[in-house]
Amino acid sequence: MRNFACRRWVELSSQRELVFLTGDLGFNALEPLAEALGERFINAGVAEQNMVTVAAGLCAEGMSPWVYSIAPFCYARAYEQIRNDVCLHKLPVKLVGNGGGYGYGVMGGSHHALEDYGVLLALPHLRAFVPAFRTDVGPAVDRMAAARCPGYLRLGRCEWGEQTEPPEYAPWRHLLAGDGPVCVAVGPLAGSLVRAAEALPKSERPDVWVVAELPIDVPTLPDELVHALRRTGSLCVAEEHVARGSVGRALVAALASEGIVIGRFAHVHARGYPSGTYGSQRFHRRQSGLDPSSLLEQCRSLGARA
Amino acid sequence: MTAKGPSQATAPEYSAMVRRAKLRLLQMHYESGVGHIGGNLSAIDALLHLHHRVMGPNDRFVLSKGHAAGALYVTLWTTGELGEEQLETFHRDGTRLAGHPVPGWTPGIRVATGSLGHGVSFGAGMALARRLRGEPGQIYCLTSDGEWQEGSTWEALTFANHQRLHNLTIVVDVNGLQGFGTTSEVASLDDVAERVRAFGATVTEIDGHDPSALAAALPATAGGLNVVLLRTHKGNGVSFMQDRMEWHYLPLTDELYARAIEELGGA
Repeated sequence: MRNFACRRWVELSSQRELVFLTGDLGFNALEPLAEALGERFINAGVAEQNMVTVAAGLCAEGMSPWVYSIAPFCYARAYEQIRNDVCLHKLPVKLVGNGGGYGYGVMGGSHHALEDYGVLLALPHLRAFVPAFRTDVGPAVDRMAAARCPGYLRLGRCEWGEQTEPPEYAPWRHLLAGDGPVCVAVGPLAGSLVRAAEALPKSERPDVWVVAELPIDVPTLPDELVHALRRTGSLCVAEEHVARGSVGRALVAALASEGIVIGRFAHVHARGYPSGTYGSQRFHRRQSGLDPSSLLEQCRSLGARA
Repeated sequence: MTAKGPSQATAPEYSAMVRRAKLRLLQMHYESGVGHIGGNLSAIDALLHLHHRVMGPNDRFVLSKGHAAGALYVTLWTTGELGEEQLETFHRDGTRLAGHPVPGWTPGIRVATGSLGHGVSFGAGMALARRLRGEPGQIYCLTSDGEWQEGSTWEALTFANHQRLHNLTIVVDVNGLQGFGTTSEVASLDDVAERVRAFGATVTEIDGHDPSALAAALPATAGGLNVVLLRTHKGNGVSFMQDRMEWHYLPLTDELYARAIEELGGA
């Protein structure tokens, strides 16, 4: 997805206010952007706290700064700077974290982003964007650029097949109709889930949705989703993020505030490093039950309890 | 309105204004029963100098040592940006004059601070924005000396020097005392000038309470990234506070307030 984001930033580079700061990352990916932006492309070095506050200062003087790093170096290292200098000032600084969830795989826990949108959405004004497919990245960048609030873009890897175009971007999308429980996936893992689920007959598969913008906001929930939840009363949420601060918990709370009671709920989320061993993103997903077959099994057993 | 630009006040008029400001600062802290007066008295001469004799409409000020908020509020009162009725709300429920500056309500306070080690980066971002747009103006950032223990301050200095942000001037209130000891005892910071110089900045050291030394050093005219170290006294001008660590925190009693007023030349 990073290359799609880079392409979009290059397209936006003629906007004189756009400034791009990287924490010394982007080798073999961001060179076209550096070329397009010239002095407005700044390698701020290995100093993320400074980078985020410099972005706040740029923004306070009318520039539109984007801040890029490997996800945890962007949101965790510089959390107080995001809190005080960006969010408390309500400055529309755009933060970009590459490698959402276990995206950096065997690089280890330091490089994983398992609580990024949870901790960031605890801050005032901020909106998080979790594009699910390659074609989401451009529209997500555009929506962030247009928003007059702080933003966080969680980049991952597109898991939608090459044969067909992914569905057009929207904050909520119904990806696959099924007679089983509603299953909401956050971001890219929706692609793998759809690819596995579409092999099943409709009667045996979940009703798959994807969400790509946070926080969960009740008025923006699609009517079709709300009707399905009212009808079935069962929900599975899958996300590469820990349970605390998660979409799963926020969604259930939001629904309850509208009187929509979820009688049967399965929350499949990142569980950290339960075996104490490390591996690829796929390995870590399996350990957390986030691989497609575990997810489908979870939905089946949720449906069976109906 | 931010600063009024270089003041036309005569020396006696200026001294009278400085005295009024210090008395008002003391009154504000006395009436609200709050501390932090020591670090306000060490910084107020520089704050007044910058706002009355240095900064113009294109310039910006960042108070990195947010605990000197009282001195900034009083300074903005002397420039006419804040009114008496606003100062009276200091530290009270419903105020915008909190213990550390909060954002979004008056042009003279564009940057909310309070956690140390943020101001130089914020100022560097503002200075960079000016340069990218080819706009004039100088960014002034006042830090404490204790916050040079924050790694982020050194990140900011590295960045500002590397980016050649010569439209940023960093002013350091070197009063030598921090929350729980001297900067020497806590962090061997006696050589802060050498350390800052080693990062590539042009360093000037002056008596931060001497109006003519302030006038000679600010605005800084030497080339490069300018860092002006102000040798100051915590609780300056009040004998029982001066250079005493406890005045980082202590509120004033009736008796001590009366003594302090007398020493600062009040009625």
